[in-house]
This record gives sequence, structure tokens and C-alpha cells, in this order.
Amino acid sequence: MNIEMTEAILLTVFTAATPLLLAALGELVTERSGVLNLGVEGMMIMGAVAGFAFAQMTGNAYLGAIGGVVVGTLFSLSFAFLAITLVTNQVATGLALTILGLGVSGLWGESYIGLAGVRMETIVIPFLSEIPIIGRPLFAQDAIFYVSIALVIGISYFLFKTRAGLILRSVGDNHGSAHALGISVTKVRYLAVMFGGACSGLAGAHLSLVYTPQWVENMTAGRGWIALALVVFASWRPMRVIAGAYLFGAVGIAQLHIQALGYDIPSQLLSSLPYIATIVVLVIISRNRRLTLINTPASLGKGFVPDR
Amino acid sequence: MKKILLSIAALALTMGMTGAASAATKVCAIYVGPIGDFGWSYQHHQGLLAVKAKFGDEVTTAHLESVPEGADAERAIERMARSGCNIIFTTSFGYMDATNKVAKKFPKVKFEHATGYKREHDNVSTYSSRFYEGRYIIGQMAAKVSKTGTAGYIASFPIPEVVRGINAFILGAQTVNPDFKLKVVWVNTWFDPGKESDAAKTLIDQGVDILTQHTDSTAPMQVAAERGIKAFGQASNMINFGKETQLTSIVDDWSQYYIGRVGAVMDGSWKSTDTWGGLAQKMVHMADYTNVPADVAKEAAATQEAIRSGSLNPFAGPITKQDGSEWVKAGEAAEIGTLLGMNFYVKGVDNKLPQ
Amino acid sequence: MRIELERRAQPSALFAMLSPFIALGITLVAGVIMFKVMGLPPIDALYAFFIEPLIEVWSLHELAIKAAPLILIATGLAVCFRSSNWNIGAEGQFVMGAVAGSILPILFPEQTGAWVLPAMMIMGMAGGAAWGAIPAWLKNQFGANEILTSLMLVYVAQLILDWLVRGIWRDPDGYNFPESRGFSPEQILPEVLESGRAHYGAVFAIIGALVVWFMLARTMKGFEIKVIGDSPRAGQFAGFSAKRTTMFAFLIAGAFAGLAGISEVSGAIQQLRPVISPGYGFIAIIVAFLGRLNPLGIFAAGLILALSYLGSEAAQISLGISDKVGRVFQGLLLFFVLACDTLIHYRLKLVFSSNSARET
Repeated sequence: MNIEMTEAILLTVFTAATPLLLAALGELVTERSGVLNLGVEGMMIMGAVAGFAFAQMTGNAYLGAIGGVVVGTLFSLSFAFLAITLVTNQVATGLALTILGLGVSGLWGESYIGLAGVRMETIVIPFLSEIPIIGRPLFAQDAIFYVSIALVIGISYFLFKTRAGLILRSVGDNHGSAHALGISVTKVRYLAVMFGGACSGLAGAHLSLVYTPQWVENMTAGRGWIALALVVFASWRPMRVIAGAYLFGAVGIAQLHIQALGYDIPSQLLSSLPYIATIVVLVIISRNRRLTLINTPASLGKGFVPDR
Repeated sequence: MKKILLSIAALALTMGMTGAASAATKVCAIYVGPIGDFGWSYQHHQGLLAVKAKFGDEVTTAHLESVPEGADAERAIERMARSGCNIIFTTSFGYMDATNKVAKKFPKVKFEHATGYKREHDNVSTYSSRFYEGRYIIGQMAAKVSKTGTAGYIASFPIPEVVRGINAFILGAQTVNPDFKLKVVWVNTWFDPGKESDAAKTLIDQGVDILTQHTDSTAPMQVAAERGIKAFGQASNMINFGKETQLTSIVDDWSQYYIGRVGAVMDGSWKSTDTWGGLAQKMVHMADYTNVPADVAKEAAATQEAIRSGSLNPFAGPITKQDGSEWVKAGEAAEIGTLLGMNFYVKGVDNKLPQ
Repeated sequence: MRIELERRAQPSALFAMLSPFIALGITLVAGVIMFKVMGLPPIDALYAFFIEPLIEVWSLHELAIKAAPLILIATGLAVCFRSSNWNIGAEGQFVMGAVAGSILPILFPEQTGAWVLPAMMIMGMAGGAAWGAIPAWLKNQFGANEILTSLMLVYVAQLILDWLVRGIWRDPDGYNFPESRGFSPEQILPEVLESGRAHYGAVFAIIGALVVWFMLARTMKGFEIKVIGDSPRAGQFAGFSAKRTTMFAFLIAGAFAGLAGISEVSGAIQQLRPVISPGYGFIAIIVAFLGRLNPLGIFAAGLILALSYLGSEAAQISLGISDKVGRVFQGLLLFFVLACDTLIHYRLKLVFSSNSARET
């Protein structure tokens, strides 16, 4: 395998993994606040259609991406209202959000079918992009990719090094005592859900503006579910999300290469490799139980109503 | 509450009356995907729209989209039959048994099942399209245009139709370059833009300089455009997604067939048939030959005309199977049964067919 | 202005009864508004959604066919969710149940004795339970989170099914199309009544719901499940094993999903195909929670969800409403039902000034 091919493969892997990474990061923050939002797929597809629509209207992919973020955020508010204010069951509400998102996006996007989208341009960073092998895949990318990397670092810093991050985690770990300390559980959770919506919206916009610049119904094709699994895989730690997303992407691309090289292995077995690999790695890293437990938000999925 | 009940009763009454009084032929269709897939289901819906455009007020139409194969299909088809549809197009292979079961219960309704082979009742017809004719043409074009002598093929599932397409493609290519190579990647989906795009990139990274697909989304065309290689479209005309990339596209065109069958219902001449139409029946339609030198376009058009007129059969002998055994003797043509159930590669395809 | 909740001293029996009807009322109002905005006749649309599928006998049968797997799977899932085991892989357990149950009809089509159908059902349950046992074992043995493992195993199960029907289980007389041979008549789950297609899968759903209801409400095992679900520590003090409960819950959920799978394949589809479920395993998660994890509630919720699918179809055919509208309407319906359930445990208070209550 020569250098050029390695670069190209890495580029493919990073592109395939970026929407997973973004959506998983958003969900990670949401879950750290103790809210389990299974509506990632629905928020992503809303981001995809909104990203496409705003890019078509303005002719500008960046405005499209912003549109995706805004719509993803607004859409997540409907979940927040139900699951936080009305303390409905989070699992069911999230699934209903997905159904709603698939329907609304289909209606919204009807007139965009068959149109070529606006592709977000590549930003080449001078010098760095000339490093062999990793230069091009890392430093000749689109803006959303750079944002995704910045988010990994930013969220790590936020969660573990800032006071606000500490507050967020304490709400997720024990909403009762957080409330007793005078923290507004509701406010923190609203913000966390909205951040999750924004990230999922951006992930969707990546699909319709970078990965495959077009709009078709159901184009997320289950990526929201994978993102949910990645949060668990990462045991709620941002650095592990990036590892998980790239591992999942890499195994998926590797199996295509194995096929194209003509190895005689059933394609179904190859297609199942990313899923099996994720399970195996999870089992290996879960053996350090103490570490996993520390990071699992203890109040995850439980609604909170203060006693008055 | 009483008011609502009354209006419901009134509504039921008027609906019953329009059903009885209306002489319009009701044409219905059921799709496996969303009509917004810009592929298989989209093209069938274009056929239904063509029927409406042709007959105007003489027909009414109804359709159901995204109906899963299995238990849901039978219910959906039955609901259509009960709603007064005169002819129902069931447009996915997986609807085969459901179509025949419902047809038994509704002998007066005509059923048209796409891509299947069961006609258990005389109110069931089957129809399918010889997409492979188009694949032969693009195989020839690929061999002429490619510099590396290797094409990439993004395949969905190893069913006979897809295998036939791969074989026709390589047979067409071999008429130009006997050593032409083909790399096949199975993505195990008809529709996942992301995965199709990954497969396209993979094939390009492995050195193919021309791309063809038997999946539904336009993502591979976009990747080819981005990477500056050429590609062929599938199902619909994808030129919007690769203005300087698409050489042609094999377009499913159901409108002529649908108009003909609906017309037959209207004048009472409808009979159970099995139609396997290609270029000649206008079921397969080649998009304009673009982005190729004039001589390549000219030859492609000539091949197209030869297949259409019947003077050229893509599966005419001699053809050798991948394992080296003889399949079709010189001077003979492949048997239709073998074509329908094709589950082997011809010589020239490198990969092994997943079984 | 904002909304505040006040916890009731105990759950309101009145609202437990009323809330679904309040939700229905809100849904109807929202439906009228939505259809009006879209320029569709609202009354006709609502009629197609809620009444049309219910006025004909054949359609009631179809309702039972659609609801049965949802109820069966959701009942099993209730055991998992009650014991805080987040099994979201019922779809995979459904598929593996169908695969295991189909071994007899596909490999031994000539076996037509009376024992065959019961054997198929038992093998289906075993297949689903075995697939469900994997995430349970991984959780108990390695602490691997079951949300991830159960979900990932869904995709693996689907690919195994795909591999089988495109390969070694392909119908030898089927022109190499991806489907198994059709089951022999004796291997098909019979219809319950003459008047329609509903098969014994519907009966299994009723029995399953009753059995789990009895177990949860009346047996020690049910008590154990609830205690461990509410507080694993309390469970430990009471001498219950969380690991054993996890395995038990997954086995039950898997067996129920597997039974739903083989019933669907044997009763409704009558052969194995690459895709046998339109997402039953995922929709059943909603059904389980909509039914408040109570098998009797699940029964009602399963029927409502099935009705929303049939209604959407009826509206597409009779009024030309897009299936996307149907899906939006379905989403709204679910939202309203979930929101109204809040009234069971809480009083709603509208707070107009910010100083009347402590900032939350």
C-alpha cells in the first residue's frame, strides 16, 4: 500500500466517521446531564434536510450548516419540553422524536429530490497539510471536520476542567443533591439537550453538505443509532468517542477494500465486522469496571421533579 | 358529538356514492421505498404520474409508499383492492406471494407484479425490464474510455438481476478489450448514500477510473465527479449530480408499459402476460451520451440500435463461465430460464460471486 | 409563565383511566389543525385514520396481525425494563427466533406431524432467548453495557438472516431469488377464525401478556424483578442476585421476541425472506413504555400503535395523504399520549410570576 492510497483511505474513514462523531459528542453531553435522548436519528435527519434547504436558498454551504444546527436545536426543544418539563418517559419520547423527524423531514424535503446540493469547500491548511500520510486527511478537510475535532477537545476541557462542566456532571450523577446545592437541574438539562440537538443537526448537515451533498429521504440510514451506541462504547468520555467513531469508520471502509481486492469472504460477514468489532472492544475495555462506573451518569434516564 | 357522527355518516354515504357513480378507472401502485428515493420507487411513481397525465379525468390514482415486504404488503394490497382499484401495480419482488394471495380473493381486479415470476391466477401479470441491455452498452463504453482497463462496480445484493448486469457489463467490455477487469463491491443495501459513497471511494482508491452502480442513490456519481473520473448512472438520469461525469444512465422507464396496461383495462383487452421488455419496448431508456468522444457516443448509439432491433443479443454465444466451463455455444443464445435465475459469473470477472 | 409539576401523594387512578382519552382529544384537535393547514379535509382524514380500519372485519384481523408481535415483544421487554436492563435489541432477537424456528420447515419440509408446529415455536423461543442471552452474559461477565451490545447484535442478526436466505437456505426452485422455500401447509400457523387472516400469533400475544402480568403482580420472581429494578442495593440486601435477574429478564424478552418472530414468519409470511420485520423490535420499545411497562397497558398500546399504521395507509389510499403526514401524525399522537401520562403522577401548575416558587 503506497502513501497516496493510505492518505485516501484515511480521508474516506474520517469523512465517514465525522457525522457519527458529532452526533455522539452531542448525545454524550446530553447523557452526562442525566437525560437519555434516543431521538438522535430524528434530529440528524432534520439537520440534514435543513442543511440542504438553507444551502439551496442561500447558495452558501456554511449558512446551510448553521441552518442545520439551528433546526436541530429547535427540534430537540420539543423533546426537552416533554422529557424535562413534563417528565415523560425519556426512551419512548426519544423514539417518538425519531418518528416525527423522519416524517417532517420527508415533507420538507419533497421539492429537493433530484437536486444536486451545495458542497462545502475543503480548507487546506498550509504546511501542515503537506505532512506525509496524516497531513492531507487531517489538514485538508471541510470546516465541519475541524469543528468536530475542536468539539472533542472543547468538551473534554469543559466537562473535566470547568466549573460548569462539574455542575453538568453533578446533575447527571445525582440530580437530588445537585438540586439541594441550589443548581437548577431543569436549566442545565435543557441546555444539555439543546447542545445535543445542535450537534446532531450539524452531523446531519455534514451528510447533506459534505459526505453526500444531496437530499433523499431517510438518508441518515440508521447512523443516529450507531452514534448512540458509540456514547456507551466510550463510557461517556469524549476522547473515547473519537476513538470509537474512527474505529467504526475504519472497519467499515476496510471491509470494502477487502472485497474490492477480491478476497473470497461472504459480504454479510464483512458487513457485520464493524458491529462485532465494537462489541469485542467494548468487552475488553469494560473489564476495568471501576472506571466505567465512575463515568456512567447515575441519574441517566430518570426524570426529575423537585419536591416543593 | 352528534354532529361529528352525522358528518361521518354523510361522508360514508357520499364516498359510497362516488364509488358507485364514477366511471373512472382507478389505478393504484404500491412502492417498497419512499418515492423520494430518486431511484427505484421514484421511477415507478413517474410511471403512475404518466398514466394520470395521459388519461386525465378518465383515471384516478392512489399509491402507497414505503410498504415493507412481508405481512404489511398483503394488508396494503388488500386495502387497495377493497378501495375500488381496478388495476394495482405491485412494484417489488418481495410482494410476489402477497400479490398472488390477494389476487385470488379479488378476481375482478387486475394485478401487475414487477420482477417476479409467479402468475398463479389469470388476473396477475408480471413485468420486468432487461436492464442488462443497457449494461452491455455501458460495458463497451467503459472499455473504450478507461485508461487503467479496470472498472468499479457497486452492487447491492447478489440476486439474478444484479448478477446479469455484471455479466452483461463485462461481456460488453470484452468486445473492446478482452482483458478488461472489473472490481465488484457488494454493499448489502439498495439505498444508503453514505455507504455507496464509501464504496465508490474505495474502488477509486484501488485504481478504477470508471464507475458503475447497481444501487439507487446518486452518491457514487457525486464521488466520481469529485475525484474527476467518469461514471454511469442507474435507475434515474443522474446528470444533475455529475454534469461532466455521467457518460449515460440506464433509466427505468415504466410509463409506456403502465399506460399500455391501463389502456388495456379500460378497453377490456387486458390479459395475464409476462413482459420482459428492454430497449425495444422502451422499458429501458439510455440517457444522453455525454462527456465522451464523438466516436464512442456514436458506437454506443449503434450498439443500442442493434440491441433494440434484435440484431445483437448481449448473451449470444460463445460465452464461457468463470470456472472455464462452456455456457453458451457459438451461434446460440442463452436460455431465458438460465438468464432469469443467473447465479454465476462469466469469464473475466475476477471476484468470486457471493453465494 | 411556566409550567410546574407537583407530585401527587399517590398516583391518580382517575387520570390513569382518563389520560389516554385526554390524549386522544388533544390529538384530534391537533389533527384538525394540522390537516386544515395542509389543505386536507380534516374530518375525512381523521375518519380514515381512526374509524376506517375498524369498521370492517378483515381489517380487524389485520389489526391483530400487526399488533400481536408488538404486544408480544413489548411484554417481554417490560420484564427487562422493569429490572433496569436496557435491552434495545429485541429486533435481533425477533430475527433469530424466526431463523431458529425456520430450521424445521426449511430443512425438513416433509416433516408434517402434529409435533412440528409446537416444535417450531419452541425452537423460535429458544433462538430468541439464546440471542438475548449474549448481551446478558456479556453484561454479567464483563460489565459490557447492554445498550450497545444488544443494539449491535440486531445488525449481526439481520446479516445472518440475509446470508442464509441468499445462500444455503435459498429456495432451490425459486430462480435464485433471495427467499427460502415456502413452508408446508402443516408448518404454517393456522388462522384463528374463518373470517380473516389473523393467526395464532394473536393468541400467543394475549397469553403472553397475561402470563407476564401474573408473574409481575403475583409472584416472588416479579417482586424480585421490581426490587432490583428500583434499587439494586436494596435487592442485594434482600438476597436477590442482580446477575441472575439480568439473565432471566433477557431470556424472557428474547424468548417472547423469538416467538413473535417465528409466529410472524410461520403465520403471516410463510417463508423466510431477507427482511421479515418492519422494525417491530424498535416500535415495541415505544409500546412497552406507552403501556407503562404493564402488560395490560401494553396490550392497549400495541393496538393503538397498530391502528396508527393501518390508519395512515387508509388515509393514503382514500385521500392521497402522503405517508410522511401519517408519520408526523403518529409522532404527535405518541407525544400527546406520553405527555398526558404525566397527569397520573403530577398536578400541573401554571406559574405566572417567578417569585411564587423557588427557582428550579
